[in-house]
Amino acid sequence: MNEPIVERILAVESEPTFETSAPLIPRDSVAGRALVVVIAIMTFLACLTAGAALLVADASQAWRSDVLRDATIQVKPRTGDDVESIVAKAVAIATQAHEVDSAHALSKAESEKLLEPWLGAGFDLSELPVPRLILVRLRGQGSQNLSTLRKALASAVPQADLDDHRVWASRLGALADAVVILAAALFALMIAAMGTAIGFATRGAMAGNREIIEVLHLVGASNAFIAREFQAHFRRLGLRGAMIGGLAAIAFFATASLLSFWWAHSPGGDEIAAMFGSFTLGSSGYIALAVVCAAVTLLTGLLSRTIVMRHLQALQ
Amino acid sequence: MLRFENVGLRYGMGPEVVGDLNFSVAPQSFQFLTGPSGAGKTTLMRLMLLSLRPTRGTIRVFGQDASALTKDDLTTLRRRIGAVFQDFRLLDHLTTYENVALPLRAMGREELAYRAEVVELLRWVGLGDRMNASPPVLSGGEKQRAAIARALIVRPELLLADEPTGNVDPGLARRLLRLFVELHRLGTAVVIATHDLQLMDQFGFARRLVVGDGKLTIYDGLPS
Repeated sequence: MNEPIVERILAVESEPTFETSAPLIPRDSVAGRALVVVIAIMTFLACLTAGAALLVADASQAWRSDVLRDATIQVKPRTGDDVESIVAKAVAIATQAHEVDSAHALSKAESEKLLEPWLGAGFDLSELPVPRLILVRLRGQGSQNLSTLRKALASAVPQADLDDHRVWASRLGALADAVVILAAALFALMIAAMGTAIGFATRGAMAGNREIIEVLHLVGASNAFIAREFQAHFRRLGLRGAMIGGLAAIAFFATASLLSFWWAHSPGGDEIAAMFGSFTLGSSGYIALAVVCAAVTLLTGLLSRTIVMRHLQALQ
Repeated sequence: MLRFENVGLRYGMGPEVVGDLNFSVAPQSFQFLTGPSGAGKTTLMRLMLLSLRPTRGTIRVFGQDASALTKDDLTTLRRRIGAVFQDFRLLDHLTTYENVALPLRAMGREELAYRAEVVELLRWVGLGDRMNASPPVLSGGEKQRAAIARALIVRPELLLADEPTGNVDPGLARRLLRLFVELHRLGTAVVIATHDLQLMDQFGFARRLVVGDGKLTIYDGLPS
């Protein structure tokens, strides 16, 4: 009665267990490992370049909006002028202007203190016509046209000169744009170098796996099937390299962000902060790094497939 | 099924390795290809498998001129031909199971659909307990059986086997030959390259294609 059940159980137990559908291109080879290292290093450098470009672009945006939100009125008194009343008049005109949020004149002492780095402390400036500065905070993002205020100042206070910082902002912007363009060019060069390395590696793998390709052809595999296998192989290598390089880059930026808090209070910290902001990539920055890694993986797969297809066409 | 007309082959500017080959392999036929070592048996097998192009003459396979085949045609035709190579040509990084399943995988079939079939064939050729072993740890006879199983798994219309019993004991050789005969009865045309006269004598009904000095002589088999 129970015999069929026992037989069935025995049959199930004797059912073989085995690994199936292993990759047709051997996974671990010296060339494969070398390619992973090359891709990891290139991805790391590409991510650093992309991240640095994003940091500079963000910082430049912050500089420009900061600089353009302020304007400066410089009052150069002539001999015999009542400086305080001229300054007060300029402040009043500026405050009444529609584009201005607030205006604040630096005192004589504050103006003289600005010259200390050049003239030294304790220098008697009473005989010198030290210009007086009025700091003007503009409404909104500071993109207003200040020609009305400029005209009003020119007619009422000819000693006053309004500087809306646009020249300075445009120079800063040009500098930042140049840095970003340079970074983009470096990024493109790295991707090109990586593509070349993948091309060499694919051709090397084709030569190294010639026997496999021949056997696959002889058992009736199409070129598309073989190319798919190579594409999958290189996509795996690309993914591994991109993950290593990308994670290293993410770790680098996370560490740099932590370190920047310490740098902020060190000598030179202000300059670094001015150039790169707080050295912190936002979530969009980290997403950009992930996109770089995904692009590297895709590029590796597609490039190898194209090369393999071309090689197979020539082979037959 | 397979027809050679004035086929000749030379490598580079050297002399012809084989020449004036005129023969055909009929559907459901069984023949031995024999001759002394170095006579050109393997070259002739490679010409039949379309892995070599003749320098003259015409080869027609399944009614098509081989010189006019596109890459896709060649792929389709090779799926109708099973081949056992003298040096086995198993892939060392795959298991025996994966090697035998390779032609089905190359056809794009799902693993679940062919698994039982492959296991059954492996058991039949005596490799049921070696399915997970990779070729480097198989003996010569086991490799040979795996290579035969790989050729048979697609139930080919034409089977080309180069010294398929060279590395097995006489008992297993007879068993494998019986498998080829069985395939032939089921409709497969079989060409077996061998120089084992004793084995050929056991299958006297088979036609013999004898290669010598680059020429081919044909002896018809005895009526079965």
